[in-house]
Amino acid sequence: MPRTSLNSTRAWILPSSTDPPSRIANRIVNRIAKPLVFAACLLPLAWLAQRGLTSGFGAHPQEYVNRFLGDWALRFLLIALAVTPVREAFGLAALARFRRMIGLYAFFYVCLHVLSYVVATHFFDWAEILKDILKRNYITVGMAVFLMLIPLAATSTAAMVKRIGAARWKTLHRLAYAAGIGGVVHFYMMVKADVREPLLYGAILALLLGWRIYKKSRA
Amino acid sequence: MSDRPDRRAPLGRILIRRVRPTDPKPSDITPKAVFDGRRAFLRAAAQAAAGAALLPTIAPAAVEAAAEAPKRGQPIPNLAKWSRSAADTPTDYKLATTYNNFYEFGFDKDEPARFSRNFKPRPWTVKVEGHAGKTGVFDFDDLIRPHRLEERIYRFRCVEAWSMVVPWVGIPLGDVLKHFEPTANAKYVAFETLYRPSEMPGQLQTLIKWPYVEALRIDEAMNPLSLLTVGMYGEWLPNQNGAPIRLMVPWKYGFKSIKSIVRIVFTETQPLTSWSLSQPREYGFYANVNPNVDHPRWSQAKERRLGDAFFSPRHPTLPFNGYAEDVAQLYAGMDLAKLY
Repeated sequence: MPRTSLNSTRAWILPSSTDPPSRIANRIVNRIAKPLVFAACLLPLAWLAQRGLTSGFGAHPQEYVNRFLGDWALRFLLIALAVTPVREAFGLAALARFRRMIGLYAFFYVCLHVLSYVVATHFFDWAEILKDILKRNYITVGMAVFLMLIPLAATSTAAMVKRIGAARWKTLHRLAYAAGIGGVVHFYMMVKADVREPLLYGAILALLLGWRIYKKSRA
Repeated sequence: MSDRPDRRAPLGRILIRRVRPTDPKPSDITPKAVFDGRRAFLRAAAQAAAGAALLPTIAPAAVEAAAEAPKRGQPIPNLAKWSRSAADTPTDYKLATTYNNFYEFGFDKDEPARFSRNFKPRPWTVKVEGHAGKTGVFDFDDLIRPHRLEERIYRFRCVEAWSMVVPWVGIPLGDVLKHFEPTANAKYVAFETLYRPSEMPGQLQTLIKWPYVEALRIDEAMNPLSLLTVGMYGEWLPNQNGAPIRLMVPWKYGFKSIKSIVRIVFTETQPLTSWSLSQPREYGFYANVNPNVDHPRWSQAKERRLGDAFFSPRHPTLPFNGYAEDVAQLYAGMDLAKLY
């Protein structure tokens, strides 16, 4: 068995003094920050599982789980959309490396949200589901958001960016804004009277989009 | 038109127990153990006001107890059992008392149970006004004293497509309203919920207009199914479920069954009701349970019964919530898709 040299092992663990600062930063991001963020993004799901195993989901568990997952899907979508504006506004270049992960987590929570809708809310009642999608505007919008996110998730790898070309990839991924708007509208339409939370998300989204439009107008 | 006694079921008919497949089963009664989880009402009792009672004073033990602050685990004695109680399994007590729409105490389903602890359901008076011979202010105890309280297991269907089955305790609404001697001009009867933001923190927000108002056509109010409700699961109503006095109109969506009533007004014209004012396209005056008329944002064809297994199909919703043979005749000739 080939022995790993002490030198290379050390280099693996500790940045050598000859490394440029950007490479050191990269390593910190890759080896420490990324796993931390990855784990943090799983916390809502872990919390849900923990609650399910201990106190349960209350009187209407199907609704509780579905709403919880929908809330977090929208929050992750907004966080993903916030990465670039926050990076530019505060000069935090390293944030760019988290954008894909957070975007994929948004898709992950959207998938769980849709899954809970099919399995828990309707228990595979496809006729009712189809009727819902066609007749209920907020379900129609929600499903459109889900469909929009599929190509974004599918083209999230570096290889896919290369394959379709950076310019076209960028155009395609503008769908993320549409998904964000759709997500907020979906939530707003679902609420009966207390629209404070969807309006808060709407305000955040408006701020994020406003920032991009402002940047573009000055470019 | 104002009152249709001829169309109501004869009294004898309701005593015949006819088990329908849709009826709750007695075996479904919530086990006594679920009672034990209830929080205590710590408040001291307010004794019955000694004011001039316009109503006859027969005082069964049950009503004496009502003058005291309701305590948990304290069953209402001497309850009559309604012979036609639904055969569905009653919903677990804890679910029925922790999943509530009672915006006066908060907008999330768990908030009424959490934020109604400082609410004082005694002493309590109800002001009666409008087209009636005997109007005035009535003490809670004087209102219910002349009547024997009855336990009725009803299905309860919320407009949000969830449902439960609850053993309510009350008096047929018509029996109480008759005491006020409504005149021929009393075509409708409106009900108003207490407005007391110091004890009802949800009223500090104005997402809907306070006080909450609901109303029935007089023949709906006089239908023997309409229940003026003071208890559930054999005990006095908990605050979050509308203590001390509320409606239960089982063939209509839950929001019609107004809680914590302080005012009753007999009117000639159709009153403006809270939800139909707030969102007229979504909530109508009648609000009869109807699987064929969808809410604009969701289907009403099926419902989720609280307490169902997590992975289970929803239940089909029945016209008039399964009470069609008692109430369908009230709406003969009406287009219920328009008058939703």
